[in-house]
Amino acid sequence: METNPKEIERAYRTINRRTLILGGAQLVLVAGLGHRMHYLQIEQSDEFRLLAEKNRINIRLIAPIRGKIFDKDGRIIADNAPSYRIVAVREEAEDIYATINKLGQIIELDKDFLSRALEELDRHPPFVQVTIAERVNWKDVATIAVNSPALPGIKPEVGFTRVYPYRKDFAHIVGYVGPVSDFDLKTIKEPDQVLRMPRFQIGKVGLEAKKEDVLRGKAGSKRVEVNAAGRVMRELELREGQSGADVQITIDAKLQAYVQARLGEQSASAIVIDLVSGGLLAIASSPSYDPNKFVTGISTADYKTLLQNQFRPLASKSVQGIYPPGSTFKMIVALAALEDQLISPTDTVHCPGYFEISGRKFYCWKQSGHGQVDLYNAIKQSCDVFFFSLAEKIGQDRIVAMAKKFGLGIKHDIPMSAVASGLVPNQDWKRRIHSENWMVGDTVNASIGQGFMLASPLQLAVMTARLATGKKIIPHIIKTIDGIHQPNVSAEPLDLNNTNLQLVRQAMYAVSNERRGTAYHSRIINEDKQLAGKTGTSQVRNISAKERSTGVRSNADLPWEQRDHALFVNFAPFTNPRIAVAVVVEHGGSGSSTAAPIARDITLQVLYDGLPPLSAYPSRDREQIKEQQERIRDFIPLAETDSRERA
Amino acid sequence: MSYLAYTVKSIPSGARKILYLNWPLVLLIMAVAGIGFLMLYSIPGGSLEPWALPQIKRFAFGLALMFIVAMIPIWFWRNISGLCYFCGILLLITVELLGITSQGAQRWIAIGSFRFQPSEFMKITLIMLLASYYDWLSTHRVSHIVWVLIPVCLITLPAALVLFQPDLGTALLLLLAGSATMFIAGVHWGYFVAVIVSFIALVAAVFQSRGTNWQLLENYQYRRIDTFLDPDSDLLGAGYHITQSKIAFGSGGWTGRGFMQGTQTRLNFLPEKHTDFIFTTLAEEFGFVGTASLLALYVMIIIACIITGLTTRDRFAMILALGIGVTFFLFFSVNMAMVTGRLPVVGVPLPLVSYGGSAMIVLMLAFGLVQSAHIHRPR
Repeated sequence: METNPKEIERAYRTINRRTLILGGAQLVLVAGLGHRMHYLQIEQSDEFRLLAEKNRINIRLIAPIRGKIFDKDGRIIADNAPSYRIVAVREEAEDIYATINKLGQIIELDKDFLSRALEELDRHPPFVQVTIAERVNWKDVATIAVNSPALPGIKPEVGFTRVYPYRKDFAHIVGYVGPVSDFDLKTIKEPDQVLRMPRFQIGKVGLEAKKEDVLRGKAGSKRVEVNAAGRVMRELELREGQSGADVQITIDAKLQAYVQARLGEQSASAIVIDLVSGGLLAIASSPSYDPNKFVTGISTADYKTLLQNQFRPLASKSVQGIYPPGSTFKMIVALAALEDQLISPTDTVHCPGYFEISGRKFYCWKQSGHGQVDLYNAIKQSCDVFFFSLAEKIGQDRIVAMAKKFGLGIKHDIPMSAVASGLVPNQDWKRRIHSENWMVGDTVNASIGQGFMLASPLQLAVMTARLATGKKIIPHIIKTIDGIHQPNVSAEPLDLNNTNLQLVRQAMYAVSNERRGTAYHSRIINEDKQLAGKTGTSQVRNISAKERSTGVRSNADLPWEQRDHALFVNFAPFTNPRIAVAVVVEHGGSGSSTAAPIARDITLQVLYDGLPPLSAYPSRDREQIKEQQERIRDFIPLAETDSRERA
Repeated sequence: MSYLAYTVKSIPSGARKILYLNWPLVLLIMAVAGIGFLMLYSIPGGSLEPWALPQIKRFAFGLALMFIVAMIPIWFWRNISGLCYFCGILLLITVELLGITSQGAQRWIAIGSFRFQPSEFMKITLIMLLASYYDWLSTHRVSHIVWVLIPVCLITLPAALVLFQPDLGTALLLLLAGSATMFIAGVHWGYFVAVIVSFIALVAAVFQSRGTNWQLLENYQYRRIDTFLDPDSDLLGAGYHITQSKIAFGSGGWTGRGFMQGTQTRLNFLPEKHTDFIFTTLAEEFGFVGTASLLALYVMIIIACIITGLTTRDRFAMILALGIGVTFFLFFSVNMAMVTGRLPVVGVPLPLVSYGGSAMIVLMLAFGLVQSAHIHRPR
């Protein structure tokens, strides 16, 4: 204890001084703290405010409802059907696992799916909703609803799933939707956020894929406030999405169903085009598949079966398939010659059954020859030698120009997958692809639609449509989008001499309606409904000289994939054309025996808007047609009632 | 001059003592505590439960304690400071042996339903003991090595015990508060320079020892240091607290998001929001205006302590009041630096505001001592 007053005074001074120093130090530190607060709260405030908002606000997307697809008369082709799933919330039940067990005793649950769901339940916070079963049928949903007091934390939820009521009939046109894959996300530029939603589906092929942008709509969003654990505390803002637009197509579902049924299980395709609008009324390809299977996820076994089928059910042959057009191309060659007045209608050629040029023999399909033929008869009887003899005179360039005018070798712009452009070759093409010069023989082959020539059924139908109308018909399949009519390019005149066109049409009429016409057997009796057509039988193999000498093997003796393709194109009615039809039966034998009857049946179906009376057919065919109609009738009403129920 | 030399008549007696209280200090304490109540009411979404009401009760109890301590002459407190220190050490040893473990540290002693942290109590008794030591010590000897080592031992003993709980934050506070008291008492500044230099060496050693068998700190403390140095490295783990705290703090802006409108607080992004991070809640809801006001109040409390310290004529009272002022400063500045990301998260509550009993009671006792010094100063 200090007692000396002087020392005490000194000690006080020390304490005062030290306090001053310490106080100063504290002041500096307080200033530092104040500066820090100012920095965080004033200078950085905006950034931190943003981070705080990011923390608390979550944006939940609401999937838009996909647009429906209707046929030309408003029948539903692609629909959204309610689909139920079962969800569980852990915190809403005392013991959710026991409850799920109980549920498993009432309804059947997918074991794999369930075990994955249970893991998810464990992993997530207790308030997170986990799907424990998908695609639950209505009966099970009702069972759950009835037992809901005993099943706390479990509830059914409704979503939408794509349904194609016509099943196989529209598979190739409309395609199907499926879940978004990683590949999809990679290929789409700047993918919409909605694509990342679980279970969201997008168009995979066909119209569903091509018109994805209009069908999908815009996702709505819900801004919610969440706490640190992710639990939703309240809803802040709801932004309604926009449903996808409905798309109406020009296809007539009833006709489409008929055509598919008529083609049956053959590997074939058919196109019907409306001559007034250019709209496609039917685009059939058989065999087909059920797109609904792809929506729910097709089994590997089913998919393998489809892939291994040699008739290629997955391919849309009507627009993707390309075939040598064969004799159906002769009208184009004829017009190429007539337009430049290289021949006159009265010129005749002698057909001995073959044609010789540059030391090479080209054979007519009729080995005994047609004798003396003019253009009219050459088309009517499909004489090859007549066109062989024209080939050199016309030259490939004129043929190509005329073919392009009729839409061959040109990719028609319709929203279906992998629309083929076919092939109308010229000298440059051959040099580029085959590094060989164009030979006269190539032109000779092209003159009857063989050699390098390739065309799709769609192109053949468009060609026929243009022949029938003399106008540049542009095919399309979209009628309305969101109720708004889609403008069609009005068909311009082809700029061809009408007399020449008329001559070719007359010859086509003769094909189907005059004796010795190649399709006379498949004629129509009613005069106001008669069709004008052209057969085509295109070779897919080379016939060797040796085989010629010993007799050409008939199609029946050949394996399926070596048989000729059967083709037929026509327009009808001849007096006032309304439709054009193209039919291709892969390896179907001859155009007149296989393709022509199908085309006639389709034509009659359109013109009568339903199954035609037997009186429309030649009397000797009626028995057989009656049987055939009985068989097919089973398919049509099904389609009709189906659509009526939905409407 | 000591209390014996006082003109005892000049000291107010009986109920009149109340008039001689350091009233500005009382009002400042109540204002700060009031801010605390407001925040504790706001945090659970506008409810007195579970925090505001117990805190108010505790504060009322503390206030009563403060008045009682204030009424008792300061020389009594000087006389029992040695005893208090001894009891404190005893309690620290007891807690080491049979304390309650909470969040990986043994800090609590339970007496019935009452839980008590001896380390908090130690903060005040240490200052008391040091003050009476220097009151007793001849002024010549203050800087003598032997007479310096004695208080150093008195400081390090409780600090070491607290460190082993382990509670790094309180241990450091004890060291700092003790050193500051020694500095006030007039120990030669050379010692402090030496200590600071050796401290830097120690820090280096602590980091060097990491990952070896003789590691000086617990892993969780190292992680806290890592988090402090780079909170972005572990956003969801250790760095989460400080990152969210800074977001909440910064989003306040000038005037804050409004009373009970702090989203970070309400939606649980902010950790420990009613205890160590309560300053962040204040910052979020009342902005810079709120934080600066609280800082100003704190500064005024320290000034009130300094005024008492410098106006009294008793060395014990002086050193005690000034030491308590410095300790109080350390409390709030470490907490504020911590929640604003300037110091590691060491678990130091915001004085008078954070929810918690021991800290509140001990602080009120300390202010009671300052008041006693104020009342019983010579005039």
